[in-house]
Parts: sequence; structure tokens; C-alpha cells
Amino acid sequence: MEDINAIQDEIIGEFEILGDDKESTIYYIMELGDQLPDFPETERKEDNIIKGCQSKVWLITNLQDGKIQFLADSNTAITKGLISLLIRVLSGRKAKDIMNADLYFIEKIGMGNIIGSQRSNGLAAMIKQMKMFALAYQSKIDA
Amino acid sequence: MSDLVEVIDSRKKIDVNKIREDFPVLHQEVNGKPLAYFDNAATTQKPLQVIDALQAYYEKDNSNIHRGAHTLASRATAHFESTRNHIREFINAPSSEEVIFTKGTTESINLVANTYGRKFIQEGDEIIISTMEHHSNIVPWQMLCENNNAILKVIPIFKNGELDFEAYKKLLSPKTKLVAVVHASNALGTVNPIKDMIQLAHEYGAKFLVDGAQSTAHLPVDVQELDCDFLAFSAHKLYGPTGVGVLYGKRELLEKMPPYQGGGEMIKEVRFENTTYNDIPYKFEAGTPNIADVIAFDQALTFIKDCGKDKIHAHESQLLAYAFDKCATIKGFEPIGTADEKVSVMSFNIKNTHPFDVGIMLDASGIAVRTGHHCTQPLMDWYGIEGTVRASFAVYNTVEEIDRLYNSLVRIAKRKN
Repeated sequence: MEDINAIQDEIIGEFEILGDDKESTIYYIMELGDQLPDFPETERKEDNIIKGCQSKVWLITNLQDGKIQFLADSNTAITKGLISLLIRVLSGRKAKDIMNADLYFIEKIGMGNIIGSQRSNGLAAMIKQMKMFALAYQSKIDA
Repeated sequence: MSDLVEVIDSRKKIDVNKIREDFPVLHQEVNGKPLAYFDNAATTQKPLQVIDALQAYYEKDNSNIHRGAHTLASRATAHFESTRNHIREFINAPSSEEVIFTKGTTESINLVANTYGRKFIQEGDEIIISTMEHHSNIVPWQMLCENNNAILKVIPIFKNGELDFEAYKKLLSPKTKLVAVVHASNALGTVNPIKDMIQLAHEYGAKFLVDGAQSTAHLPVDVQELDCDFLAFSAHKLYGPTGVGVLYGKRELLEKMPPYQGGGEMIKEVRFENTTYNDIPYKFEAGTPNIADVIAFDQALTFIKDCGKDKIHAHESQLLAYAFDKCATIKGFEPIGTADEKVSVMSFNIKNTHPFDVGIMLDASGIAVRTGHHCTQPLMDWYGIEGTVRASFAVYNTVEEIDRLYNSLVRIAKRKN
């Protein structure tokens, strides 16, 4: 959990440097999205799309050494950037830590103002889906 | 001599800076940058005259119209009916009884589909629309066809966004009962040869509805010259308030058509055994109309008249040509819709970039455009694209604003090209 919060604080710090300049912030988020690893073409299918997002978002997971790895992609650069932030915070963590994570960085960096209310719903859908995956893995571990 | 030419030229031109003074909304910063509003095909901004008229109505004249014995009701009725008459002048309709108030273009089209359509379109009859129609000029006809077992035919277009006129000729037949086509496309800007199309439709005995939502603000629209049977448009795309639409219909058709909705205003006499309906236009105006916005719309018509539609058109055409010429030099700029005759709509994509991303990056620079399918999904499917970015220009836009659009697009295009 400490790791999750350390990364969140790191992101908050980066956005503080950007300040109120929306143009720089938007471009920065998009650049972050560009840095995501390539998403496998075969996984770009209907089953992997997160429902509730205006843009198309594909999300897949796998378990490595008891930690969940997330891979994602989107058809819009801004959404890809947003999900890259979530991946940076949540990928490579234990299922329990993901389930219990309090993602305070979203409010702290003023995401609502940056992306607007409709996109905020989409962001909430992404987080919900990531936590659902964690819950499913945890149930398997507990069983 | 050159001074004289300049004087004459300036008389032909619009004083944009003076006009901008009348639009308070334009004088603000968005995301720390001055607002450049290029979403005029969705809705135009409103001049002070319109805003003041709305406030004045509620402060001084608010009253329900028609049949009132008191002074306020008379005043409100007079203003309301005077607007109807000014709309008649604006589209050169033979009489103001042929001008029906609705809540927008969409309702105007639905009114025709549900009254004229339900009564006069029979099983096996054909309705012709085009590939570039807005959903509001597709879905009402699909619903009518489903209900009356009629057939919907679609005029194809060419890659540059022009309508295939020869194909239209071939679609027309004695089975054609109605043609409903957009005068100027909201997604492409294409101006269709509507007058020739109407003449051809009439040769087959078909009626013709013109969707004038995008043309009435930019082009002269004279219903007698066009000889259209119906014309639908909205006040809010003409510098007027939202919630007011107009349906023009030829008297002989309107009189034959059954009412649209039942209620107050639209009746002559109501008995439980039998109700008789009012005369046109009131037969189609059930309930209390949008009085305040109709009255304020009158000021928008005056604003357009004062500017001069020919001058507005000249100014917008100049902006469009300037924007296209400049943006064409951007690597990755892909224009959608390059017809010879266009209203001031620049629809485009930036290669390797989703239109929504372009929209959000422009917004961060204070530039308002529309992105997406523009309620023309079949048209986007035809082009094989998800959507476009659309910058649409109005009388108050400037060359400097287009320079800002260009500069932002250069930066956006560089990301992936």
C-alpha cells in the first residue's frame, strides 16, 4: 500500500509543476499514454472493452508472482493517458492492495476539471473494472 | 482612385470588431486563452439585442398570448405575431399563416412526417432522402415508412461531398411521394442544388421538404423562388434563442393536413361529441408556445437584416477559404467535404489522431469546435470514418482566430505526423 501511495504522491508532484496550464497538462497526459507498452492486436476485441467509457478502452490482466499486471489501450490519446496513470499506480500490485487502494491522486490533480464530468464517469468505470479484476483474483487465491 | 475603391470595398464588408461588441459571450477567456468560438453550426451565439429582448419581455410584457382582454396580453400577442410576419419576410413566404412555430428543425420535420406523411404516404410509396442527412431528417421518415409500409430511398454522394444528381434523377419515379433533403450539410458544408431538385421532384408529382437548419443563416432562402413545399429551420442557429423552430408549408398542403398535437389554441370548438380545429397556423400550435423566445428571435432577424445576408455570406466565405488554404499546408490535415458550393463549415481529420483528441487539445487552447459524427452516422459510415473535427464560422469570427486555429493544429498534427 505504501508503494501505491508513493506513486500517487509522485504523480501529484508532477502535476503541481504543470500548474494551471491546461494545454501543457493535456499534452503531458497524452505523452504518458504514448509511453504505454504495445497492446497485443489479438486482445483488441469486444470482450476486453470496458463498458461505460465514451472512448474505447481495452484492458487485460495477468498474474505474475502473485501480482496483477495490467495492459491497456484506447482509441483516444487522452483516455490512453488517463489509464496509463492508473496502470502506473495499480499495476504490479497484490490483489488485496488494489482492492483497498484509495486513489486520492485523481482529486488532488484536479482531474475533474481537466477531463470534464462525462470523462470522469469513464475514469470511474476504469477504476471499477481494475478493482473487479483484483477481486476476482483474490477470490481465486482465497479458494 | 484606389481610395475610392477602398471606400466602396469597405461598404461591402462587415465591421467584425463592431459586431463582436454585441456578443458578450465572446469576450471571455477559456482555459486561460481568449475564446475562439467555431461551433456555430451547432448553435450560434446571441447578440445583446436578443438577450435584452428576452429580459424586457419578462420584465414588462409577460402574458399568455391570444384571447386575452388585457393590455399585457395584447402587447405580447402583437410582438409574437409580428415575429411571425418578419419570418414570413425573411423566407419570402406568401402569407404569415404558412409560418408555423415549433421547438426546432427536428420538430418541424416530425410534424410533417406525422401529419402529411401519416395521411398521404401510402403502402409502397417512396420517400427520397440523401446520404448526407442529419439524423433528424432520416429517423422520422424511417418511422413513417415502418408505420405506413412505405419505402425509403437514399441519394448517393461523391467523395468530395457533392450529391450525385444523376442518381437522384434515376431514383425519382411516379412512386416518389416526398423528397426530404438538406439545403446545406451540417457535417460537410455542401450546398445542394435544391432548386433544380425541387423542380424535378415536382415533375413527378412529389412534394419536397427542405431542411434549412444550416442554410438559413448563410444563404438567401426564398420559398417562392425555390417553390419548396416545406421548409424547416431553427432560430438558435440564426443568432436567436434555443427552443424556437419554424415550419413553412404551402397553404394548400397545410390546410389538408390533420393536426399534429391536440390541446388548447389548436381548436375552434370543443364538444365531447365533436371537436373542430382552428385554421392554420394555429391548428399546428397546440398549447402555450415559447412566447419569450419567439419574441426575442425577432431581434435576431433584425440583426441579420442589419448586417446584410450578402455581407455575412461574403465574410464567412472569405474565412472558409482562408482557413482551408492555410490548413491544407499542415502535414496530416485531411479535409472531409470539398464541394464547390459550401457554407462556412470546415470538416477535417488530423492523420493518426482521434477527432476527440483534436477537440480536447483545441479546447485547452481556448478554441471551441465540434467533434464526432455530427448526427450523421450513415454519412460517416460512407466515408469509413468514426467522425470529424468541425470548425464552423459565423459573422463574428475573425482571420486572427483562424490563425490561432491553424497554429494549434500545426502543434497537434506534429504529435503523430
